[in-house]
Amino acid sequence: MSRTTERSRARSPRVRALYRWLFVLPALLYMLAFFGYPLVRNVLMSFQEFTPRTYFTGEAPFNGLENWRAVFDDPLLKDAFWQTMVFTVGSLVGQFTLGMALAVFFSRRFRLSGPVRAVLLLPWLVPMVVSAVVWRRIMDEDHGVLNSFLETVGLSSDGVPWLSSPSVALLSVILVNVWIGIPFNMVILYGGLQEIPEELYEAAALDGAGPWRTFWRITLPMLRPVVTVVLVLGFMSTVKILDLVLALTGGGPADSTQTLGTLTYQLSFLRLDFGQGAVVGNILIVISAVFAVLYLRANRADQGSGR
Amino acid sequence: MSASNGRTRRSAAAVGLTAATLAVGLTGCAAEPDPDTVTVLNSATDTAEHEANQDFFDRCAEPLGLRVEQISVPADQVASKALRMASSDSLTDILELDGSELPQFAETDGLRPIGEVGVETEGLSDSSISLGSFEDTQYGVARSVNSLALIYNTELLAEAGLEPPTTWDELRSAAAELTGGDTYGMAFSASPDADGVYQFLPFFWSAGGDESRLAEGGGGASALALWKELVDSGSTSRSVVNWNQQDVNDQFVSGRAAMMINGPWQVPVLDAQDDVDWAVASIPVPEEGVDPLPPIGGTVMTVPKNDDRERERNAGRVLDCLNSRENQLAWGERVNNVPTRAEAAATYREQNPKLAPFADLVETARSRTAVVGTRWPVVGDALAGAFQSVLTGRSSPEDALRNAQRQAGEDG
Repeated sequence: MSRTTERSRARSPRVRALYRWLFVLPALLYMLAFFGYPLVRNVLMSFQEFTPRTYFTGEAPFNGLENWRAVFDDPLLKDAFWQTMVFTVGSLVGQFTLGMALAVFFSRRFRLSGPVRAVLLLPWLVPMVVSAVVWRRIMDEDHGVLNSFLETVGLSSDGVPWLSSPSVALLSVILVNVWIGIPFNMVILYGGLQEIPEELYEAAALDGAGPWRTFWRITLPMLRPVVTVVLVLGFMSTVKILDLVLALTGGGPADSTQTLGTLTYQLSFLRLDFGQGAVVGNILIVISAVFAVLYLRANRADQGSGR
Repeated sequence: MSASNGRTRRSAAAVGLTAATLAVGLTGCAAEPDPDTVTVLNSATDTAEHEANQDFFDRCAEPLGLRVEQISVPADQVASKALRMASSDSLTDILELDGSELPQFAETDGLRPIGEVGVETEGLSDSSISLGSFEDTQYGVARSVNSLALIYNTELLAEAGLEPPTTWDELRSAAAELTGGDTYGMAFSASPDADGVYQFLPFFWSAGGDESRLAEGGGGASALALWKELVDSGSTSRSVVNWNQQDVNDQFVSGRAAMMINGPWQVPVLDAQDDVDWAVASIPVPEEGVDPLPPIGGTVMTVPKNDDRERERNAGRVLDCLNSRENQLAWGERVNNVPTRAEAAATYREQNPKLAPFADLVETARSRTAVVGTRWPVVGDALAGAFQSVLTGRSSPEDALRNAQRQAGEDG
């Protein structure tokens, strides 16, 4: 009897460690299968001659840096990179400022604030492609509602070429994306605002702080973790933009709205050169990874200061 | 201690069970193919189109004791879906591809030459054979083909006392004259994708442009200059850089364009409305006496290689029947495309006087991939870049073509 107890005691830490791993195993397998494998595969693919032939023969000969050279030799890559950055930063700034303004506005709770807030969620519920089709009509140079409106109020006499001029198209795509992104920003930030204790505002009011000062000194600092989440999630979904651009402008006019997303789509699915498509895909992954690391760092710093 | 151990054990069992369920779920995807069924991958996602296809398939398969099963995905996903199927050895017995995608598939060596599966190719038009061929071997057969023509608003032209233009000069002046109020004289698609490129080709080719040497000769530049002029003079909307062929048709149907370049696939929409009376004319050429050279379009049916040769033969039998004179004619009338057998095309021409110009145009029409083969997607992109940068005023026609040639690379 005492011997068995002794043995089970001796084994139990190892057994418990095994159980612990068993619990982690499903998550680990899932990560390996659905994140690890595609990632490794994508990196490998960028060094392979991966064409329609590969699908039939199963052969994808390694071709060194050829794909990378071809992609980097294309002047379009540089344009697409900068346009992606402008698009991302522009979208985030627009979505965030307007989302924040609306969140603060609605946190005051007035009559009908609930229904109005619900209406503002609509852009989020409409499928992206539908939004794009509608916006294509709104922004039509000759007959679009937007230009008619601008003409009526006297802001512009001859139509703004929203989607037909290379110097305006990127801005137009950003505007539409801001419209799409406002609800997400508003909802998350509104949720964050509800978490801030009312007493802080009362104390600030007693100390004579005005609304502007209260916002900068209380609301924003208290909201910091939420803000980081909103911006990082926003960044991740914006930097890889594809569907909106495809439906609005198809990357044009004159490549002025090409992004890394549309470029990788073009290379992989229109030219069927999956090796070169993977190169651009990898560039996108690296960009996202850099921001993920920055986010984790910021998070750690936050927790550090909190202790 | 023992209680907590028991709980852990039970949970561990649950974990194991989950893993087992997952494993079972992942296997067992591939079904055993039925020897009497011929499978088809096509883009007939539209219900009416799907049923019409099924109708023709049944008509051919039933006497042979076969059944046809269609798998339909949106047109722009056919190629990638087919590739995924190929990698898992589950490709359909018949693969219907857009003609411009054929070379990339033929190059893989995964398609069976159409002559080897018993499809009668004698009597098919040269342009349709070229559409289904890669490096002098025919891999795909087109039941019917389409092209582009000038479609015009008969009322507006009659009011202005104009005949449909036949040359570029006439096109310029007619477009200018027809422009007024809310209406542009001319509309075409110049979107930076396959639609825009398809529409640019008749101008590019008939002016002497060569897709394998984009910047050579003055042809390409004069075609670009024509488009630019139409837009700059206000005869054509600046928005064309953002219009696909559907948008162009919408403009025409709403009376905002007096003339447009478009294809016979718009006929159902044109027929379904009463606001605009329309007619079809040949596409204008640089000068009198020059043959129009529009691109030939349409899908081709191919037979992927199969270890089971009997399946290939069955597919071949169905294809042969679909391409009989009567079936081609019936199908052509169903989809407003021109049959590819000479006699069928002649009958079609007689029975559809309204669409007769298309029947003439497909005779001189050229395949996009005949010269550059698998490099077509790159060359097409380069051409799109050229007309987009010219129309938006970013570069001159000559510079744009030099740039395009660099982009197309190799011998292009």
